[in-house]
Amino acid sequence: MISVSAKFEQLRSHGKAALIPFITAGDPDLATTTEALKILDRSGADLIELGVPYSDPLADGPVIQAAATRALAKGVTLDQVLDLVKNVAPELRSPIILFCYYNPILNLGIENFLQKIYNAGARGLVVPDLPLEESHVLLEPAAKIGIEVILLVAPTTPEARFEAIASQSQGFVYLVSSTGVTGVRSQVSKKVQSIIERLRTVTDKPIAVGFGISQPDQAKQVIEWNADGAIVGSAMVRLLAEEGGLKAIEELCVNLKRAIASVI
Amino acid sequence: MTITPLAPTPKIKPDILGSRPDRLGRFGKFGGKYVPETLMSALSDLETEAKYYQQDPTFLKELDGYLTDYVGRPSPLYLAERLTAHYGTAQIYLKREDLNHTGAHKINNALAQALLAVRMGKKRIIAETGAGQHGVATATVCARFGLECVIYMGVHDMERQSLNVFRMKLMGAEVRPVASGTGTLKDATSEAIRDWVTNVETTHYILGSVAGPHPYPMLVRDFHAVIGRETRQQCLDKWQGLPDILIACVGGGSNAMGLFHEFVDEPAVRLIGVEAAGQGVDTDKHAATLTQGRVGVLHGAMSYLLQDQDGQVQEAHSISAGLDYPGVGPEHSYLKDLGRAEYYSVTDQEALDAFQRLSQLEGIIPALETAHAIAYLETLMPQLNPNQKIVLNCSGRGDKDVQTVISAIDL
Repeated sequence: MISVSAKFEQLRSHGKAALIPFITAGDPDLATTTEALKILDRSGADLIELGVPYSDPLADGPVIQAAATRALAKGVTLDQVLDLVKNVAPELRSPIILFCYYNPILNLGIENFLQKIYNAGARGLVVPDLPLEESHVLLEPAAKIGIEVILLVAPTTPEARFEAIASQSQGFVYLVSSTGVTGVRSQVSKKVQSIIERLRTVTDKPIAVGFGISQPDQAKQVIEWNADGAIVGSAMVRLLAEEGGLKAIEELCVNLKRAIASVI
Repeated sequence: MTITPLAPTPKIKPDILGSRPDRLGRFGKFGGKYVPETLMSALSDLETEAKYYQQDPTFLKELDGYLTDYVGRPSPLYLAERLTAHYGTAQIYLKREDLNHTGAHKINNALAQALLAVRMGKKRIIAETGAGQHGVATATVCARFGLECVIYMGVHDMERQSLNVFRMKLMGAEVRPVASGTGTLKDATSEAIRDWVTNVETTHYILGSVAGPHPYPMLVRDFHAVIGRETRQQCLDKWQGLPDILIACVGGGSNAMGLFHEFVDEPAVRLIGVEAAGQGVDTDKHAATLTQGRVGVLHGAMSYLLQDQDGQVQEAHSISAGLDYPGVGPEHSYLKDLGRAEYYSVTDQEALDAFQRLSQLEGIIPALETAHAIAYLETLMPQLNPNQKIVLNCSGRGDKDVQTVISAIDL
């Protein structure tokens, strides 16, 4: 399994930007998650973010909260999610990035958790409630084990923090496009463009934009603003939970990829 | 009930406690800031502003004026003679926070944070509430200072605390029902944090307990520390000495921390926190975080936490909506691990018995939360002698709980 940063290098060398879909593991069920990962992988995804369901997802809006609640109600556990990743990862071209809140990580023990997800085949990790100041306990062991921990920059992040976050972030810098939780929004704030410009002055690392991107033209917009990737979550999760979900996410994924690829 | 050691010896010298919290917002390993990046800048702004105004004589004078004339402080330290006679051992004093405006200690913090919000130029206030006491206190100060007010409350709590829901609405607050999760305080807190993440530039979040990310555990404690400061003075006035034991209920732990803080560095004073054992700590329906939980992270802080083997946060249960919380303030976790404070738990039934006992012996109907502290006297009092003096924080009045209690007891 290729690393997150190697994947971005590969894309860069071909002058391409990344499409990063997100789905919640175990919603509507684990078998569908497995199928969805394969479909996304062959429909244009370059990396895939997989959400580990958590009881108190305070960075998530209603769509992903509900997906996590449904998955937990069905008894989905971290072990099951990792078994799933282990089975499907060898068939995928896209590196898997786990999106997991901090408490389940702490509960398992940081090194144990990192080793487990590495063994399962995950290569990246986003911990939405672990800001820079608290992230050191994770960054050092992760680097040894081979998991890239991706840190986030928000519209409210003071510029003085950009450099520190970007220098510690591994794989890419995750730019939160709107002040708020995850969810579908009608447009992407212009502020994203200026943050990308500012970030470029302090880092060479790839920048991917997420939180609020649902439509192909929004994905296209952030790539036009010079982002290296677009992350689409709630829109995927919502479609997948409905009937005909697999077909619907395939279509969305293809359209997103086409929109991103149209940017020259 | 858990057995209390007869002669507790403080395991630590006070100077070991050092500054609480440290520069990074930690009480030992507890506390910290486990929040989305979006909130980091608001938290450091809040820390800077709070630090400034807590040393600003004009701010302190204004706060003091409202505490006196609007809240009705100082609250009395009352010798509960018939309750004392009932046990026939140590003297029991009640710190009457129930006599504050709005009927609980919560107003101390809500008022101070509202004054802070006004100075920070934030005109929109959000808060979470469990029993509704913090929601009512926040709605009250928002009415007083003309601030927009949104209160998040679990649907389950809105049912059992409908009187407080009405009070909040009456004072112009919007009460937003939270149906996710268990529909209790934990979920209301998550929803308030989500609102804050979204509206952080215009909104101040008046967190109601000594929980949450730094600087809240410190800020809320400092704004409630008036309880302990008054208690020290009142003890000096009444018997020229210190109390032997302080006792308070602990959900998130704000009234307990408010009473304890002044005395943490007095090793001669025993500190006792009482949690909700719900239907029993051997069942899965309790809220005894410190006595039954494991270290984890919830709502921005590392602390003891009720969680399952996968690290999913467990549902708490207590007859008292204000104690129905699977987390606890990080400073309590610290005091517990140091052995500086002791924590025990009492069941719903024991709290209901104490609720009636105080009503009948003293003519004081306590909040169900407070009734937990009173219930622990059953275990504690037989171990004490008549020369000792206890201060129990009577953190709130029980009018709001009458509906709940009607269905639980026969009179």
